[in-house]
Amino acid sequence: MSKTILIDPVSRIEGHAKITIYLDETGAVNDARFHVTEFRGFEKFCEGRPVGEMPSLTARICGICPVSHLLASAKAGDDILSVRIPIAAQKLRRLMNLGQIVQSHALSFFHLSAPDFLLGFDSPPAQRNVFGLMAAQPDLARGGIRLRQFGQTIIELLGGRKIHPAWAVPGGVRSGIGDDEIKQIRERLPESIAVAQQALQLYKTLLETYHEEASIFGNFPSLFMSLVGKDGAWEHYDGVLRMVDSAGKTLCDIEPHHYADTLGEAVEAWNYLKYPYYKPMGYPDGMYRVGPLARLNVCTHIGTPLADAELREFRQRVGVDGVVSSSFQYHYARLIEILAGLERIGLLLDDPDLRSTHLRAAAGINQTEGVGMSEAPRGTLIHHYQVDQHGLITHMNLIIATGQNNLAMNRTVKQIAQHYIRPAHQANVPEGMLNRIEAGIRAFDPCLSCSTHALGQMPLHVSVLDANGQVVHEKMR
Amino acid sequence: MSKTLTLNGQMISAREGESILDAAHDAGVSIPTLCHMNGVGDVGACRMCLVELAGSGKLVPACTTKISEGMEVNSDTPQLHEYRRMLVELIFSERNHVCAVCVANGNCELQDLAIYVGMDHVRYDYLYPAESIDVSHPMFGMDHNRCILCTRCVRTCDEIEGAHVWDITARGIKSHTITGLAEPWGEVNTCTNCGKCVMACPTGAIFKLGATVAEMEKDREKLAFLKNARERREWV
Repeated sequence: MSKTILIDPVSRIEGHAKITIYLDETGAVNDARFHVTEFRGFEKFCEGRPVGEMPSLTARICGICPVSHLLASAKAGDDILSVRIPIAAQKLRRLMNLGQIVQSHALSFFHLSAPDFLLGFDSPPAQRNVFGLMAAQPDLARGGIRLRQFGQTIIELLGGRKIHPAWAVPGGVRSGIGDDEIKQIRERLPESIAVAQQALQLYKTLLETYHEEASIFGNFPSLFMSLVGKDGAWEHYDGVLRMVDSAGKTLCDIEPHHYADTLGEAVEAWNYLKYPYYKPMGYPDGMYRVGPLARLNVCTHIGTPLADAELREFRQRVGVDGVVSSSFQYHYARLIEILAGLERIGLLLDDPDLRSTHLRAAAGINQTEGVGMSEAPRGTLIHHYQVDQHGLITHMNLIIATGQNNLAMNRTVKQIAQHYIRPAHQANVPEGMLNRIEAGIRAFDPCLSCSTHALGQMPLHVSVLDANGQVVHEKMR
Repeated sequence: MSKTLTLNGQMISAREGESILDAAHDAGVSIPTLCHMNGVGDVGACRMCLVELAGSGKLVPACTTKISEGMEVNSDTPQLHEYRRMLVELIFSERNHVCAVCVANGNCELQDLAIYVGMDHVRYDYLYPAESIDVSHPMFGMDHNRCILCTRCVRTCDEIEGAHVWDITARGIKSHTITGLAEPWGEVNTCTNCGKCVMACPTGAIFKLGATVAEMEKDREKLAFLKNARERREWV
């Protein structure tokens, strides 16, 4: 009799999701699906609103990465106004995005995923959370929490608040930064860099322990996509959108206004999350990954000394011919990006342009279509708006990072389930095995467009269903 | 000529022809208002300043009710507090007010009033009407989602600017503010682009184009200043 195992909700991710594992007659894994169970509707209810409202309105999509939406939206607005924003505004936006990348990556690594690495995938779930981490490794937990706070502080100093700052606007930004704020940020940089370096050292020592997981957690060839600088450098705010193949060879540079020629969006009936794919290869073969792993696979170099040294080691240690294919190494890439972000913050603080008071370009509606792209912590974010002659939204399409990783996340779930769930388990799959399946999803740090943090306290609900949908076994943790 | 009346148990004196609201204000008693604005006439549209008259037990708006000798007025009773909260809740339920993403967030009289009456939630079903936004004007916009039909814009444009661009159409729940003869604001040739309606609006309904969340700060006292200066011929 075929059975279904349901992991609902998936915990320690941002948002609401569940995993269904379909077993065949022998108890082996037939298929596995990652379902996003929340529906938001932003693309619809933003219709009819003025384009100037979009940055702060779409920022409400998420409480973890509001800055990503704020910036992609403001850039789409810049495009509609047809303005080249003041240089200070551009650099301040970069500074805020770096703060965002640092805080979000710190949250993903220290708060959400480190409990798995440091306490063990099979450790009791009651301790396997950030509080358990505080008890077991207080210095690391404190360092991680302070690192996240550092990123959040940058956002607050620039935008007036940590979450949902209404700061970036079409044409620029609303306020600048003063000497005191720059001093405050500068003072905490050395401590933050030290924490990032310690975490990297620790992660490298764990690579041996988790050799099996690293080889199973979403380890497959795929395309990768991210923004890169014109010289191929790591980029997070501007530049060109590049798609590379599984060997790291550039397939194409995507022109923002024509992204739809290259990226298709498929829909499945069982999921609220769409499935973007690389059109020339069709669906679902055109699977590509975005986010920290993709950014480090796409770029040629980072451009700051500490991060570049780490990038070289990363490619040698876990890559094949310089390309890293295991989604487990999203964690590694994330830590390198924290370091890269911190180094770039240091460089920006020394930039005299930051102190200019010319922050906002004024213009009317000059185009009826605009596309804005930025690198969110979880990958490339695309905001695409069409407006009427007065600037009211007539059509909106948002392509979020987690959506672009959807195909890869589903494949990851299946790969892990097939490896760890054996016919011998019957209905009693060990909890640690189910946690590994969730951890495979956590490696992508999916942000299901929502500010819900579960922090490991949400119960894991596993239902085993027979072919008729009847619950034959139920387990709560 | 001076008249004597009782307000909340205290004897106060007021000028003949004065409204209860003005008399209370002179006596240092605060009565909440929403559609009232210094510089333009009162219409009693919002009912926020309702007070109780002893004897009849009637509830009357303090802004449009004149004082009389021996009047006994109560502005501070549990029943009035409850009614005022109900009124604010009804206003919120009638259109689509979303403070978090509103241009007037932090500078909104409706928001201030909600805090004043202790509105922690709305007990009535939201109507979620499909309202439009008029951004056809080159400088300003009108978002009907946020309009509370206080008619301050109508009175300001009529009484201070003298252009009478704004008015109200239809009746009851279907009432709407309109510009010109219900034309897009940008096509109304009587509009002088003075922006007084933007300043008068208590919410984020009328806003400067391009304004984003919490950017609409309004200097409403300037309107009363203009009117007084003109009446007193302070410029000549």
